[in-house]
Amino acid sequence: MLVRQAVRAAAVDLRFSLVDQTKIVTAASELGRNTLDYGGGGTVRLQVLQDGGRRGIRLTFEDKGPGIPDIERALKDGYTTGGGLGLGLGGARRLSNEFSIDSRPGEGTRVTIARWTT
Amino acid sequence: MERIPILKMGDYLLVTIQVDMHDRLATTLQEDLADRIVKARSRAVLIDISALEVVDSFIGRMLGSIAAIARVLDAETVVVGMRPAVAITLVELGLALPGVRTALNVEKGMDILRQSLSDTVNGHDSQPVAEPADADAQG
Repeated sequence: MLVRQAVRAAAVDLRFSLVDQTKIVTAASELGRNTLDYGGGGTVRLQVLQDGGRRGIRLTFEDKGPGIPDIERALKDGYTTGGGLGLGLGGARRLSNEFSIDSRPGEGTRVTIARWTT
Repeated sequence: MERIPILKMGDYLLVTIQVDMHDRLATTLQEDLADRIVKARSRAVLIDISALEVVDSFIGRMLGSIAAIARVLDAETVVVGMRPAVAITLVELGLALPGVRTALNVEKGMDILRQSLSDTVNGHDSQPVAEPADADAQG
């Protein structure tokens, strides 16, 4: 999982604490797996953020898969259409400071998360 | 084919997970471990995850499945060596590993397994103990 390595490297560069590093890398792992398993593959964009003294990482996962018909439901813990635990999306949201999702059935899904230094 | 080694140490099977897990590797590990439990008649499995910097819901699910498979085959599993940052992240993710016993390190994990094995052995081997007179009252 190259995504995890890239996110870890960026988080280390930005001097994220070990817990913050672990959270953003784990969130990236959940979303990356979703992109692969449900989206049929896609792209990840990593942006380094600067806001006054705060530093952050924004990750955008984009796929052209089937999309998510009911986002509210997909965010609920325990809901899955695959064989997983259904924790990926909701878990990634909890592990991030910012979370947004945009999905259109038949067109694809875009999930954006950001985490800031604490 | 890539495999995770399973070491036999006396009555215990020891698995050290050091590489990134993916679906096929996880499935192979489950099958290998189930085979070894039966072939070696092992009653105890230790899984060392101290090398893992990230445990996501996929790995969490795998650990739960392994513990459940082992239990069905009459073996106890203890997961040892979780890093503090991983524990914090797992709980926030929503995964507290229900049904998986954990210990801080291999040594403490072996203590737990030794204890639970000797409990079972005593339970199986000893003669039934006479019930105290007030056993019914207790419930």
